[in-house]
Amino acid sequence: MSSQISSPEITHAPEHAPGTSRIWRTFWVLSLLTIIELGLGYFLYFQHGHLSYAFTLSTKLLIAALTLAKAYYIVSIFMHLGDEIRNMIMTIIVPLMLFIWFIAAFLLDGNSWKNLRNTDAGSRPNKTEQHH
Amino acid sequence: MSTTISTNTKWWNGGRSPFNISYGKVMMWYFLMSDAFTFGAFLISYGTIRFSVNHWADPNHVFNAFPLAGHANLPLVFVSLMTFILIFSSVTMVLAVHEGHKMNRKGVEKYMVLTILGGLAFLGCQAWEWTHMITGDHAVLVNGQIEYWGTTVTRNPWGVEVMHNGAMVATPGPIAFGGYFFGITGFHGFHVFSGVIINVTMLIKTRLGHFDQRGHYEMIEKAGLYWHFVDLVWVFVFLCFYLV
Repeated sequence: MSSQISSPEITHAPEHAPGTSRIWRTFWVLSLLTIIELGLGYFLYFQHGHLSYAFTLSTKLLIAALTLAKAYYIVSIFMHLGDEIRNMIMTIIVPLMLFIWFIAAFLLDGNSWKNLRNTDAGSRPNKTEQHH
Repeated sequence: MSTTISTNTKWWNGGRSPFNISYGKVMMWYFLMSDAFTFGAFLISYGTIRFSVNHWADPNHVFNAFPLAGHANLPLVFVSLMTFILIFSSVTMVLAVHEGHKMNRKGVEKYMVLTILGGLAFLGCQAWEWTHMITGDHAVLVNGQIEYWGTTVTRNPWGVEVMHNGAMVATPGPIAFGGYFFGITGFHGFHVFSGVIINVTMLIKTRLGHFDQRGHYEMIEKAGLYWHFVDLVWVFVFLCFYLV
């Protein structure tokens, strides 16, 4: 084994691969995901005005999903979290689940504000065009 | 598994690290988790405001310049360069950690230098981008007059376009745009800057042989965690400000 233990109470050291192939493979995965994101970004740019609101939103959600995939590779491989023991992984991942509520609640709140303003709190129909 | 773990170990009774990971690494992880919530709160706040207005600046129009390319319309190109610089400096960082596991001082030094250069290149790109944003003038219709505005925390020349004297001209947009853009990319840039300072410190300590004396290169791993986190945040900043 090539790695060293930093202090006596640590008995576990993840096996570090002798080569760097896993690092470079992750680099290519991250690059590929970024290129796909850019491709979708350019698709939205060149098709701007020709796509339905729902289709544009779905494409943006797909780009966000690719970003989450990139985050997974960075955290798991580059930051070696995937090599730690399961309880350690859980103390990091479980609190971050709060973001699911955080993002949903606040973006819906922003959207609700827009609708309330556009309709004078529901007292008139919404005639504002959707700009995105 | 390079080391077997005794089945009788009482993990939570003291004398052992509960997660079998050094105190420093656990605390770095918890710091990064709290930092993730800070960045997350900023980005979600930005998203909330953006969802609450009818019109927001189109990033493909705002970020379409490239150094020395004049007025060529190049959406996403410069920010893609910045993204690849940061991904690549993440790779050199993880290679430095890898060399540290092998106790190879020369290898650690080489990859730390490359990582620092990547960080400085990113900061240079961001300085150019900010300068371009603040000083680049755009025609805006204000009180019936055409004015030329840069993008700052108080001025947003990227509002709804209206017809004026037979041509389309922009009106002022929500001023929150500049505040969020400079606030969040600035907070991220400050993390990159402090990351470069940490990495320079680690390079000096490596050259002085401190880690060889200590018998392990764990400090490089902890600096690496911070550096990868900076890259991780950029992935989300890239998504929220430039791609969607």
